[in-house]
Amino acid sequence: MPVTSQPAARSAVGSLVLIAAIVAFAAAAFAYTAGWFSPDRLTPTRLVDAFTPQGGEPAPGHRRNHAKGICFTGIFEANGAGAELSRAPMFAQGQYPVLGRFNLGTPNPDAADATVRVRGLSLNISTPAGQEWRMAMINPPVFTVSTPQAFYDLLRASGSKDPNAMPSFIGAHPEFGKFLDWAKSGPWTGSYAEERYNGLNSFIFVDSSGGEHPVRWSLIPAAHPVAVSPEELAKRGPDFLEQEITERIHGGPARWTMQVTVANPGDPTADPTVAWPPDRRAIDVGTLIVREIEPERDGPCRDINFDPTVLPSGVRTSDDPFPAARSSAYAKSYDLRTAEAKDYPRAAPGAAQ
Amino acid sequence: MNGAQRFTPLQRLLHWVMAVCILTMLFIGVGMVSTVEPKFLTLVSIHKPLGMAILVLALIRLVVRWRYGAPPLPVDLPEPMKLAAHLSHYALYALMIAMPLIGWGMLSAAAYPVKLWGGVNLPSILPQSDALHTALWNAHFYLAFLFFALILMHLAAALFHGLVRRDGVFESMAPTLTRDEVAPAE
Repeated sequence: MPVTSQPAARSAVGSLVLIAAIVAFAAAAFAYTAGWFSPDRLTPTRLVDAFTPQGGEPAPGHRRNHAKGICFTGIFEANGAGAELSRAPMFAQGQYPVLGRFNLGTPNPDAADATVRVRGLSLNISTPAGQEWRMAMINPPVFTVSTPQAFYDLLRASGSKDPNAMPSFIGAHPEFGKFLDWAKSGPWTGSYAEERYNGLNSFIFVDSSGGEHPVRWSLIPAAHPVAVSPEELAKRGPDFLEQEITERIHGGPARWTMQVTVANPGDPTADPTVAWPPDRRAIDVGTLIVREIEPERDGPCRDINFDPTVLPSGVRTSDDPFPAARSSAYAKSYDLRTAEAKDYPRAAPGAAQ
Repeated sequence: MNGAQRFTPLQRLLHWVMAVCILTMLFIGVGMVSTVEPKFLTLVSIHKPLGMAILVLALIRLVVRWRYGAPPLPVDLPEPMKLAAHLSHYALYALMIAMPLIGWGMLSAAAYPVKLWGGVNLPSILPQSDALHTALWNAHFYLAFLFFALILMHLAAALFHGLVRRDGVFESMAPTLTRDEVAPAE
């Protein structure tokens, strides 16, 4: 029963203060966890926003990076050799449906194809039992930087109006030089089908007896790559890659061999700027066969997030920090662009203005 | 204080287990969406199965509540406080059940596989849809803050009953056994 004597009233005040303090502490702990007191925390929102050119707006409804792309479907034909390394069901000999997307590493969905250095291939391999393996690979042989924070700093520097921003970034990140060498002197080709796509991130394959194998993988094109200068490519029109791959697949499927490279003990798995020595064991585990191309606008790849941490049993992430950062940022990009879906067709290349 | 004016031991057990689960869930939720560090994946991998566990526990709890009811509120409790108590409990039950379903639906509408443990996936409960995904995402996000605010009110009210009014309401759900529960009276 409530009591009204003097000491009890004083203790009631004390109790109310205590209750307020407990509630305030709980609310503050929640706000701290949410990052409201940590403006320097690298959140997925900050990472995704850094792709937007300074003073510009992201293209609504589109992926915040790799915004230009075209859908494909086909199959992954496993030869069974991967089963030695991983119990992933899509490594058992057989055919598995795939959905994917050829894309360009740019936040601009209207970028001219010859102006974008990095080309990508995203893939979703599914099994009848409902397991999925998603991956998003690119054509450089190494990644730009070693950590997500450095990647954010790179985006900030490259978008900065300060002429010293990039030189000082490069000075602070010597590992970026390997990527720059490729960007400057690596060959350009005239087709998505002539590119080798590299996973770059390290994952752990788990075999059927629980053995763990650190790996990276690549898709090696069956088509012979022909080097073409970017000046020559520019003459082929802004969308030549999409036109070329559409015509090519119309004439017959394109193929890539999926090659898994196994690390030796001590090979760095946490740093995608460091390639493993070329003598490492490499195993061909199957063939990607691209059979149909569909424009992104109404294609099946548009509303899929090719989150590289959507993995089947038998594959898990390693100490490489990028898959987690990519998963977090891709989800943010997906949340943003799906909320802008009504704006997508207007912003699409070739759509009525 | 006697057992008749308290929730049953099963109800108290469910309450406190779920209190830990739900608070963990809410902190993991706001923490995971604000980081790109490797712990993002760890937190997400806890968030999904824990959400499903909360859904199952909430449904069990609802059945138990129908079966055993609740002790009456003190007769001298002012009507507005009684109303607040009833409404907030309806809201808490609704959120315990709705939040996991909204999360499950949100992942389904984004065509993400809903992974629990060890290769066990939940079925998709909605087709891929940008509009549904956005609506459910917004609901999941804003209702999480409403949920936490309600829990803070619930906590403040419980402490008010326990420390200021001392009317037995706090004791009715306190995580302790009464003597007659430890050694049933002859």
